[in-house]
Amino acid sequence: MSGDPCFELRLLIQADVDGELTPAEAARVGAHVETCPACAQMQAQLLALSGRVRQEVPYHPASDALRAAVRARIAAATTAAQPAQAMPASRQARQSGWQRATGQFRLPAWRLGALVPFGTGFALAACIALVLVLPRGNGLPDSVVADHIRALQPGHLMDVVSTDQHTVKPWFDGRLDYAPPVKDLKAQGFPLTGGRLDYLDGRPVAALIYQRRQHLIDLYVWPDGGHLDHGPTEGSRSGYNFVRWSHDGMTFWAVSDLDAKELADFVRLWEAG
Amino acid sequence: MSFGRNDGAGTMDFEQTVLPHLDAAHNLARWLVADATLAEDVVQDAILRALSYFGTYKGGDARAWLLRIVRNTAYTTLGARKRGGMTSLDSVDPDGEAHPALQVPDPADDPEAALGHRQDMARLSQALAALPVELRVCLVLHELEALSYKDIAHVTGVPIGTVMSRLWRARRALACGNAEGAVA
Repeated sequence: MSGDPCFELRLLIQADVDGELTPAEAARVGAHVETCPACAQMQAQLLALSGRVRQEVPYHPASDALRAAVRARIAAATTAAQPAQAMPASRQARQSGWQRATGQFRLPAWRLGALVPFGTGFALAACIALVLVLPRGNGLPDSVVADHIRALQPGHLMDVVSTDQHTVKPWFDGRLDYAPPVKDLKAQGFPLTGGRLDYLDGRPVAALIYQRRQHLIDLYVWPDGGHLDHGPTEGSRSGYNFVRWSHDGMTFWAVSDLDAKELADFVRLWEAG
Repeated sequence: MSFGRNDGAGTMDFEQTVLPHLDAAHNLARWLVADATLAEDVVQDAILRALSYFGTYKGGDARAWLLRIVRNTAYTTLGARKRGGMTSLDSVDPDGEAHPALQVPDPADDPEAALGHRQDMARLSQALAALPVELRVCLVLHELEALSYKDIAHVTGVPIGTVMSRLWRARRALACGNAEGAVA
């Protein structure tokens, strides 16, 4: 049984469905699934089961009573240790800068490739966290480009791997409080390859991944909240080009190592698509 | 790092680190111990453990850190791990065959079909609740908390390869359990 290539691939197909593969691994799985009806069926069934579990299995949030009880237990435990410590009303202000930064980004810092050893993963995550946390203020282009670079690390790229916009779009349902527009530009030479959930500008955002030859484009989409960003609408950071625009209440950021002209083509085609 | 663990700011740091993940903590505890009252006890115990371990928390994913403590607390509460339940699953043929029950049922206006759909939903939850706890925890963490393999490995204290095979076996079991239910 162990000689059966489909048997060998089953955990990889599952990992693909779970959004855990590097682009190279995903491509290998995709190539097999295209030629193997049994594996294609299994992939479809895994996707369907995953969707059913998320939709049908009840989630048990903490009750208000439990929340209050937990707060009381924490207070009691702390007071027992520190009887004289009174809390100032402005204690929110004592939150450290480090915490504010991580609170805003809530990095999925553990999402490293399955093959990266733990120690390396920690170090890499720490470095990336620094890259992301440092450029705050008027540094959204830095943050977006840094996120794009982070996404290029093994295991980071995609949460949902699909060339089908009708798979990618529903994948965001329940993960975001808005519905990002999803388009495939395969006919125009920019095929959609997947999607990812990220944290940028202090909120969860949708990242759509497009391909142009060997280049990848991250397209970040989130509601602009009615206020216009006065930062640059295009430029480059660390050799990566970015273009920002707004449409129908959404802010879009396209980031890639494509040259500026081709990235502009992508933006034009996306808007026309 | 300005985490003073023993002063007021330290307490606030702890609350701000942990309380946002209380829903996740309770959901995991509830799925692990399968009893509403027990689950709340597990969460409270886990929070107190977390408070005493907070000095060793090095930043990073607070949810995974807390869920690991919840999982360990739940295991303590449950007593010995239920390894016995896992052997029968080892004998399941792990080949990727057709699993008709994995397919999403067609939505229908027909009341009988709607009733059947509700029964399917209940069956899926029952099948999940009936899984051996090691398999259940992986699936709950992945599907309900959207944790990555890496995070699940951290929470459950096993290698990523084990997480992958447990997820696979959990899904196989759900598919088979649900198939039996559908036939009955």
